[in-house]
Amino acid sequence: MTSDMDAAADPSISTIATPDNAAVVIDQLNKSFGNVHALHNLSARIFYGCLTGLVGPDGAGKTTLLRILIGLLKPDSGHATLAGFDTVTDNDAIHVVSGYMPQRFGLYEDLSVMENMRLYAQLRDMDADHNTDLFAELLDFTRLAPFTKRLAGKLSGGMKQKLGLACALMARPKVLLLDEPGVGVDPVSRQDLWRMVQVLTDEGMAVVWSTAYLDEAERCESVLLLNQGKLLFDGPPQDLTAQLEGRSFRLENVGAQRRSILTEALNLDSVSDGVIQGAGVRVVLRVGVSTEQIQALADQAQVHLVPVPARFEDAFIDLLGGGPGGTSTLAERLPPIELGSDIAVSCHNLTKRFGDFTATDNVSFEVRKGEIFGLLGPNGAGKSTTFKMLCGLLKPTSGEAHVVGLDLRRAPGIAKAQLGYMAQKFSLYGLLSVQQNLEFSAGVYGLDKVTRRERIAEMINIFNLRNWLSAAPGSLPLGHKQRLALACALMHRPPVLFLDEPTSGVDPITRREFWTHINGLARKGVTIMVTTHFMDEAEYCDRVAVLYRSRLIALDTPDTLKKNAANTDCSDPTMEDAFIHLIETSALADEAEA
Amino acid sequence: MSNTANQEQITVRRFDPVRFLALVRKESLQAMRDPSTLLIALVLPLILLFLFAYAVSLDVRHVRIGVVLESPGAIARTLAEAFSGTLYLDVTYAHDRREVAEKLVSGELRGYVVISQNFEQYFAETGQPLVQIITDGSQPNTANFVANYSQGVIQTWAADLTGITPIPAVQLEPRYWFNPELASRRALVPGAIAIIMTIIGTLLTALVVAREWERGTMEVILSTPSSVLEILTGKLLPYFVLGMLSTLMAATLAVFLFDVPLRGSLLALLLLSAVFMIPALGQGLLISSLTRNQFLASQLALFSGYLPAFMLSGFLFEIDAMPAPVRAITWLIPARYFVSSLKTIFLAGDIWGVFIPDLIGMATIGLVFFLIAQRHTRKSLE
Repeated sequence: MTSDMDAAADPSISTIATPDNAAVVIDQLNKSFGNVHALHNLSARIFYGCLTGLVGPDGAGKTTLLRILIGLLKPDSGHATLAGFDTVTDNDAIHVVSGYMPQRFGLYEDLSVMENMRLYAQLRDMDADHNTDLFAELLDFTRLAPFTKRLAGKLSGGMKQKLGLACALMARPKVLLLDEPGVGVDPVSRQDLWRMVQVLTDEGMAVVWSTAYLDEAERCESVLLLNQGKLLFDGPPQDLTAQLEGRSFRLENVGAQRRSILTEALNLDSVSDGVIQGAGVRVVLRVGVSTEQIQALADQAQVHLVPVPARFEDAFIDLLGGGPGGTSTLAERLPPIELGSDIAVSCHNLTKRFGDFTATDNVSFEVRKGEIFGLLGPNGAGKSTTFKMLCGLLKPTSGEAHVVGLDLRRAPGIAKAQLGYMAQKFSLYGLLSVQQNLEFSAGVYGLDKVTRRERIAEMINIFNLRNWLSAAPGSLPLGHKQRLALACALMHRPPVLFLDEPTSGVDPITRREFWTHINGLARKGVTIMVTTHFMDEAEYCDRVAVLYRSRLIALDTPDTLKKNAANTDCSDPTMEDAFIHLIETSALADEAEA
Repeated sequence: MSNTANQEQITVRRFDPVRFLALVRKESLQAMRDPSTLLIALVLPLILLFLFAYAVSLDVRHVRIGVVLESPGAIARTLAEAFSGTLYLDVTYAHDRREVAEKLVSGELRGYVVISQNFEQYFAETGQPLVQIITDGSQPNTANFVANYSQGVIQTWAADLTGITPIPAVQLEPRYWFNPELASRRALVPGAIAIIMTIIGTLLTALVVAREWERGTMEVILSTPSSVLEILTGKLLPYFVLGMLSTLMAATLAVFLFDVPLRGSLLALLLLSAVFMIPALGQGLLISSLTRNQFLASQLALFSGYLPAFMLSGFLFEIDAMPAPVRAITWLIPARYFVSSLKTIFLAGDIWGVFIPDLIGMATIGLVFFLIAQRHTRKSLE
């Protein structure tokens, strides 16, 4: 597809020199909502036949940019063209040449797969009756053919996204814009989506895939890296990671001391970023420093220091000036936790049924004191249900759950006083100020007046909330919201902490800060139960329980899970590979049974 | 595209029948599959009709009062008996006012009449019946009725007793046109149709459009080539049809079950209903384009659509009896025009002198709603 004539023919874009293959030209875009600057002087190009990743944490401006490109929002200044059409003045044409899939599932849940497809075919001016070939092709492509009569609302997260893709692909758009298609989709379906998008770009379509997962960025041919409305990087992801060459290392097999080693490493001047990876600690050095300090640390701990390839996330953190330090001021203030028993949380044959649907099926495990225990699973696998039963928010149908040796059925009140809970959704009081929220949670756990004042002051200091005290929690930046929620959950210094997807939608820097606190708390003996959909975060856990179709299909250390997934094709599997391996094996076993 | 070709021009038709029908089909499927839509469109009208036909009655009959006969005399007794001879009062007799006073407080009685100890003595001396009437002022209409009717009973009794019947100069023989028995049901049931149509047109429409915004489906629809006109009309047509079906159902019930005569033609009724759907749907559309939130939309629809239609349309309370400022406001309520026409078509007949101004009123308000709604609904997310 050549289109160097476009610029000359269309006066609205004549000022921009359109190079051969540009599907989207973004020129000096600005967009504000109130006093939030969503896009800041953004200029970039997106090309035909290329999978472009629009990468950045939540609130970076990804959705705003996509909505401007699809003509649903008007920029405050600057302009953008898509397939040669101005997004504002040629709004109608934009809708003809583009396909769009918003972040939320936007199809009709009360219509069947086929009814949705026919609707969008007709809305895109296609004769549904004379395009049976295309329908068959799309159904085949998305592997939805067996489900045409099923209501869209009854599809799984992954199938919904595929149906969304099929509807966006009606009438063969030139440019396909996908807003976070990988969210809420289990890794297996995510693989499917990647495969489909690959086919489309090979046919010459321009595809934009927006994502907050930095590991997804590495799979794109080119990325636009956004942070707070500004473009940080434009180009192939390898170019960015190449800049980090020789700065990434791993301390191998650190084992039990990995949390203290990570803390020490992060406190070194020469280390810019570090994370736990199973039994190892992965660090990124600052630009131009020697390995002297980190080598000394490795020698002292008597572990190997090996260079590892740089990742896109390393580069992103580096662009933002490195991660936070390694010491958790929160944990430092906490006296070590003393528990009567060595087992902090346990459940035995835990089962929950809703009608004839079993959400949690016969799950048993024990969590030791001071352990970080992860619950992993695709959407709808029963993570949240299990989690809610463990912290006493749901009554199990059968089986039992104990927290600090207390039966949640018999002594729910006392047991609940022993745990802190941070919900997945924002669960602070929107009509109370930050200060009032802190006071409320201190009051609701029955702290006396002096302790209450002390703890609140402490939380304000640690989480840096001083400037926000009179603000409504809803108006805080996402990272601060999460901090406030964590502060409220920790007000009564619980020996057991339940975190339900605590870092979803939080930028990588804040995520690191969060994990610094969690690591610190664990070192003091706080037991932490966490659910997450970030596979790399599973690496922070001592042990991971994988739930699939309501059952516990694996429970082990991250390293063992990874090792089990290794085969000839993939000698060093990631956590995501391990996860996919487990789920596929389990699905195969189910089929064999049936 | 070739190297020399101009940038291809893409024009999108503002109204494309295929897209429009696709949207109508989608909306109809959704409406049929959503039990709450059918509940609002078909079951709710039934409940309302039965309520207005049987439970709500503005007629005063069988009002419970007490008659306290403190005087032992025979004349007093005949007066007390006079109260039981009427359909409008249900009498509880007593000999001590304390017996009935409590019942009045508890609401069991609406009032009581005391025929005092010295009634006969006073009557013999003056020829005037001395009676005390006490009523429950917390229900002013009933209280008035009890007072007036009791006086009437006493006067009739006095006239019979003395044999002097005052012969009026002019003999009045009242006739009530359109509703000879003055049965309030006959006036309420036609008015109820206006309430039902307001619920379907305004409440249901406001809800379904807001639902599209809430569920995120509007964002996808807006990203297709379909125009705002198609999206909105495609949305309204199914609810227009639903509203008309509901009207037909209500009219059938009114005529065959509730004995309300339909003196005008069915065609005129359908025409009136169809035109009333313009402001009703327009208001629903306007509400949903302003809030994009189902909860707020339903609250707004209740307060700006349902309640005014209920109270300011002349359906329950006569407009002529309202104070002037409120009376002025009723001109802005589309249901006012519809109720007036409905009462006419059911009880009087096809009187175009009434219909035509009402039709113009409804259509005008409807157009204003649509214009404002259209200005607020742009093909964008802002």
